[in-house]
Amino acid sequence: MTTVFDPSAAATQATDAILHDTLHGTARGVVVDSPPGAGKSTLVVRAALELAEAGHPLMVVAQTNAQVDDLVLRLAEKNPELPVGRLHSSDSDPYDKALDELPSVRKSAKAGDLAGQAVVISTAAKWAHVKVDEPWRHAIVDEAYQMRSDALLAVAGLFERALFVGDPGQLDPFAIVGSEQWAGLTYDPSGSAVTTLLAHNPDLPQHRLPVSWRLPASAAPLVSDAFYPYTPFRSGTGPGDRTLAFGVPSDGSGPDRVIDEAAESGWGLLELPARHTPRTDPEAVLAVATVVRRLLDRAGAATSERSPAPSPLTADRVAVGTAHRDQAAAVRSALAGLGVTDVVVDTANRLQGREYDVTVVLHPLSGRPDATAFHLETGRLCVLASRHRHACIVVCRAGVTDLLDDYPSTEPVQLGTVVKFPDGWEANHAVLAHLAEHRVAWRP
Amino acid sequence: MSLISTLARLEAVSTGRAQPAATVRHRHLGDRPLVFVPLITAGEAGAPLGALVGTDRDAPRLLAVPQPRDRDLRFAFLAELADVVLPYVDSYAEAVEAAERTETDPETGKRVKVEVDLCADAPQLIVPSRAGIDLVRLLGRSTRFRRTAEQDPEAPYPAPPRVPLLGRWLTHFGERSRVPGSSLLLAMTDVLGRHWVTGQSTLEDQHLGALLAWIDPPQGVTGAEAALRAELERDAQGQLTCPPAGPATDPAFDNKLLAPAIERYDRARTALAAAEDGLEADDRLGALSAAEREIRDLVLSRTRPTWDAVWRGLDLLRELPEGARVEERWTRDRWSFTGHRDRVLAGEPPQPRRDDAVTAANKLATREREQARLEAQEALDDPLVMAGRRLSGEAFAGEVTDVVMAYSEGKRPSPRPLVTVRTDDRPHLGERTKVYRSLGGKPQSAEFVADEEDGAYVVLRILDKMGRGKEPEPGSVPEKGDRVCFTLFEHEQRGGAKLPDPEETPWTHGGPPGELTLEAADPVTEEDVL
Amino acid sequence: MPLPRTRGTALRQRLAELRGPDVPAKALDARALAALAANPGCARRAILDGAGVNKAALASALGAPSAFGQSQFALTRGNAFEAKVKADGGAELLRLVHDKLDRSAEPPADARVPDLTAAGPRGRTARTELELREAAGHPGAWTLLDHPMLALDVAGSPAFLEPDAVVVHPDGSWTVVEIKSFPLLDGSADAAKVGAAARQAAVYVLALEEVAARLGAEGAPAPRVRHRVLLVCPRDFSNLPAASAVDIRKQRAVTARQLTRLTRIEDIADALPEGTCFSPELPSDELTAAVESVPATYAPECLSACELAFHCRARSRQEGAVTSLGRPLRAELGGLTTVEDVLAAARGEAGDPDDPAVAALRRAAALRAEALEAACR
Repeated sequence: MTTVFDPSAAATQATDAILHDTLHGTARGVVVDSPPGAGKSTLVVRAALELAEAGHPLMVVAQTNAQVDDLVLRLAEKNPELPVGRLHSSDSDPYDKALDELPSVRKSAKAGDLAGQAVVISTAAKWAHVKVDEPWRHAIVDEAYQMRSDALLAVAGLFERALFVGDPGQLDPFAIVGSEQWAGLTYDPSGSAVTTLLAHNPDLPQHRLPVSWRLPASAAPLVSDAFYPYTPFRSGTGPGDRTLAFGVPSDGSGPDRVIDEAAESGWGLLELPARHTPRTDPEAVLAVATVVRRLLDRAGAATSERSPAPSPLTADRVAVGTAHRDQAAAVRSALAGLGVTDVVVDTANRLQGREYDVTVVLHPLSGRPDATAFHLETGRLCVLASRHRHACIVVCRAGVTDLLDDYPSTEPVQLGTVVKFPDGWEANHAVLAHLAEHRVAWRP
Repeated sequence: MSLISTLARLEAVSTGRAQPAATVRHRHLGDRPLVFVPLITAGEAGAPLGALVGTDRDAPRLLAVPQPRDRDLRFAFLAELADVVLPYVDSYAEAVEAAERTETDPETGKRVKVEVDLCADAPQLIVPSRAGIDLVRLLGRSTRFRRTAEQDPEAPYPAPPRVPLLGRWLTHFGERSRVPGSSLLLAMTDVLGRHWVTGQSTLEDQHLGALLAWIDPPQGVTGAEAALRAELERDAQGQLTCPPAGPATDPAFDNKLLAPAIERYDRARTALAAAEDGLEADDRLGALSAAEREIRDLVLSRTRPTWDAVWRGLDLLRELPEGARVEERWTRDRWSFTGHRDRVLAGEPPQPRRDDAVTAANKLATREREQARLEAQEALDDPLVMAGRRLSGEAFAGEVTDVVMAYSEGKRPSPRPLVTVRTDDRPHLGERTKVYRSLGGKPQSAEFVADEEDGAYVVLRILDKMGRGKEPEPGSVPEKGDRVCFTLFEHEQRGGAKLPDPEETPWTHGGPPGELTLEAADPVTEEDVL
Repeated sequence: MPLPRTRGTALRQRLAELRGPDVPAKALDARALAALAANPGCARRAILDGAGVNKAALASALGAPSAFGQSQFALTRGNAFEAKVKADGGAELLRLVHDKLDRSAEPPADARVPDLTAAGPRGRTARTELELREAAGHPGAWTLLDHPMLALDVAGSPAFLEPDAVVVHPDGSWTVVEIKSFPLLDGSADAAKVGAAARQAAVYVLALEEVAARLGAEGAPAPRVRHRVLLVCPRDFSNLPAASAVDIRKQRAVTARQLTRLTRIEDIADALPEGTCFSPELPSDELTAAVESVPATYAPECLSACELAFHCRARSRQEGAVTSLGRPLRAELGGLTTVEDVLAAARGEAGDPDDPAVAALRRAAALRAEALEAACR
């Protein structure tokens, strides 16, 4: 007997189990792995609301101010009456002005002012300065894989028990100084909060959200295999559930052909001739900008399970991802030259947690004379390859496969550390091999 | 690597001489550093073979272990080393000045200022290379848990007095050297490499002789030629004319010179032990002394060139003027020294083998803060470093072309003048990006308002350091025609959050580490090599 | 009837010719593996290692001898340590394998330690394989293979490998053991050295997997080759053994891919002029020409990994290659590869000002000059 995979049922089952462990379990912590677009934010909001409704005062720890503001907005959207406290820093412009419109959200730089709010939300950095006599009964730690172990150490005394949610495939936290001295220690302060937590509490319940609602059927298998080899997930939609079509036919140019390839298959590789270039390779930058320009010019329309009626592919549904800031700046200026000013162009770090219909990615290794650990970091490529609902177009110079093969494999090995999978080198090869099937040569 | 240092490296190739990587000296150099040039025995975990050590470049103290596998001889070496290092360290422990420190009052939990002693100066250890720093740590680790006969009359192989104390100090030096910008323990190759860029790779720069050859080549020879000679030239006996800076020795030295000498020493010792009468013993003692002297000469022959090289490096570094903020960082080193002095005096146990969770997190936080401080201070002290930050868009310099007075809104308007700067730099400025300039050594902040003519003009709003009045204090606002340099990075580092005390380590990190017990010494076995 | 000359034998023949008449092939030893890891993109290293050329002898013949020597102190000490670890029929070693990797199994007692002596590498390889097959017939027993010999197909010809030990567990699985003389201090060790040991062990694992597959083809289930190897080192400041399990899955994956890529040595060999030979017996100018006919990608990391590094470094410097100063240097230089090209571009004497690399160089040069001038004032 074969069972048909029902994504909704699988996701509901996982969510129910998580909420049960969180609300009624006895363990001090619950860990949830969430692959890209698997509904992490929805889960966090739901867990927060249910905990609040059950009368448990709750603190929420997120990693950046943008994440905190986003959570506050989502909570208020779901339950406008819920008294939410936004604990913020004493810098200028400490929070999103949109929060001022929400009547039940109280903002303060002092935790004392927010006592009595059902939910208090802040960044890990701000929470670290808070002192309490009585710890919170419950906490939710969001983006826990991007939180460093020492940041958790600073706030863990504030709560009795917590739900830790995050995506293990995204960029790891890092330290700006060497920390080899502590490698192999369970509480290595430069490691991820979840690694430390699980090393000391191996019996905590661990869950996984099994379905990506963002990634289309064309993308989930590749992203899952390449970046989550031991914790696979599926797409919430099937082949054909989403379509991308263009009103204006192809003019036969490379950009148009790669757009059509990506619309058809979910992936496109626009390949420029092999050449060593500086990071802001003008040709590659122009290619990225041209693809974006054509995406907008060709009257794209997307259908999906959300809206059977085609919705237009507008500038706010397209994003460009790069590895470096100067590349993003170069693409922005090239786009401005083509009259496009309202498409998001950002680095992988800043695109974490965001979602678009189509993404155009300047491959981190394009044109490089050498690969570096930075460029091979799995999380970087994973973020760039998993922001889209319909299609991802990668712009790259030929020769990256050889570059990877010529990369010295002389990494040091620290005894006692858990080997992190996948390896960036392997993941890069896997993605390139897949992209090679959707290759279009650059002819402007 | 910044493009500026890449260019310098290529220019060094082309000119045959190292190029400046700094225009001021970014590390503190004391008046009386203790130079330590150690050698170890190959294949053993840091078993010392010998060393030159001292503060007088003309009179180094030679220490040698004629049979590195002999425990007594090794202890004798360590005791001798302690006799040099500890009096040197102690000589800085006495002179103190009064200073203030913020502490948490244990009763009220409030932060209060207390007056404490701060050592007026601190000792400074200089080793030839990074491997020398590792050895300092290793020697510290191997000796700090040893027990002397006085501490433990039952100890099977009691260490000579003061050796465990030596271990605690070496450990402190080694640990402090991990803090960016610290100068208690320096590796000469690192410090030279910070101030000069050579025409070879940074890997090859690890060779002190080759590095110096680039910086200060002999008359009539290019740096490249001199460096190659330092690296590879061998004499008729097949020995390197410029021995490696250690602590590892050249295998050819081990096999051709050292091994036969140690064998002769062993034979002489066996013969002495077998002497049957006083006369014979006298003769054989003479032979033993001769064999020992031979090894001492060998050790001297391999360490003396490095010793001289380290002092030459110090000479070169002293020619550079000290950076303005180096003194401030040295004061932190003095705090660190004073703190350890106090812990030793208070009878605290030696540093544990492994940091607990809280200590590790605190150290990491300190080092990250010091790294950021170092980067900011070096840029502010040195136009060449600032040039690198300008190139990467983290700073910009230019001329003030316009100043328009403006005021903040509110009941008591404060000055918020708009300053336009003409610049050729390309800073990464975004909406309301904060920027800083140094005003009388203190940072003044401004925010980005707009740019004009494709970034050639940057309009900033000055935010602070203009006094309390409605009108800015004289000199606090740049004037038209002024050259200014603003940075996107902060000049001063904020302290991080206070972590829990170790006994309050949360459950996520394994809970409290438990009672601090005195860590046992390494079990002593027949198999020990150190 | 003679066997048809297959692709493989043709290549083997060609590689033998490259080595020179009657020069035996050098085994793919730890240093060759280190060089492979440090510079997988170097065609010169690939062909020389693939053909089993003795690079140390070659370097000396070229007048740029390698600087790799071993101190007799280290050698004596390393041998003494290994002997100590394997003493008493490997009792201590097996105890460590049991303790670190297989605690649920019966503790080792009366382990089988078969004699592996045989004539020549091929004989020893066959003997090792025989004993591994034999061990499979003793379920429930521990078997220690002391210095077994394994063959790994590298670019069509067998490379012989000699792990320190291989242990067969009672469940039939195999573990590679690496014995090193660097210390395990408070549970941690020099990460660069552990990395090198892990890469070395990964090659042994790959070779063992070939043996296991052959045994599996004979009907019985193929034995499992464990992907956690045992690293045995002296503990702290003693020469008592301590061990740590090392996960080598990553190293295995990378090495496997690199070894398959070594097949491109056939293309490299085909591109060589007819009659090319790397025999150290040849006159040095002929030899130099032969070596120069294969391109090298020298980088300073070669100095600690490849015997030929000093020769390649001299050439690389002569050509003014910027990579002779370090690989990362090239990152921002785009298509510029020589010292003089870069400097000319920076000085404004050459290069397209619209090329961002050239523009950045000129800005860097101007900023540097401005700073140095400011400092002089």
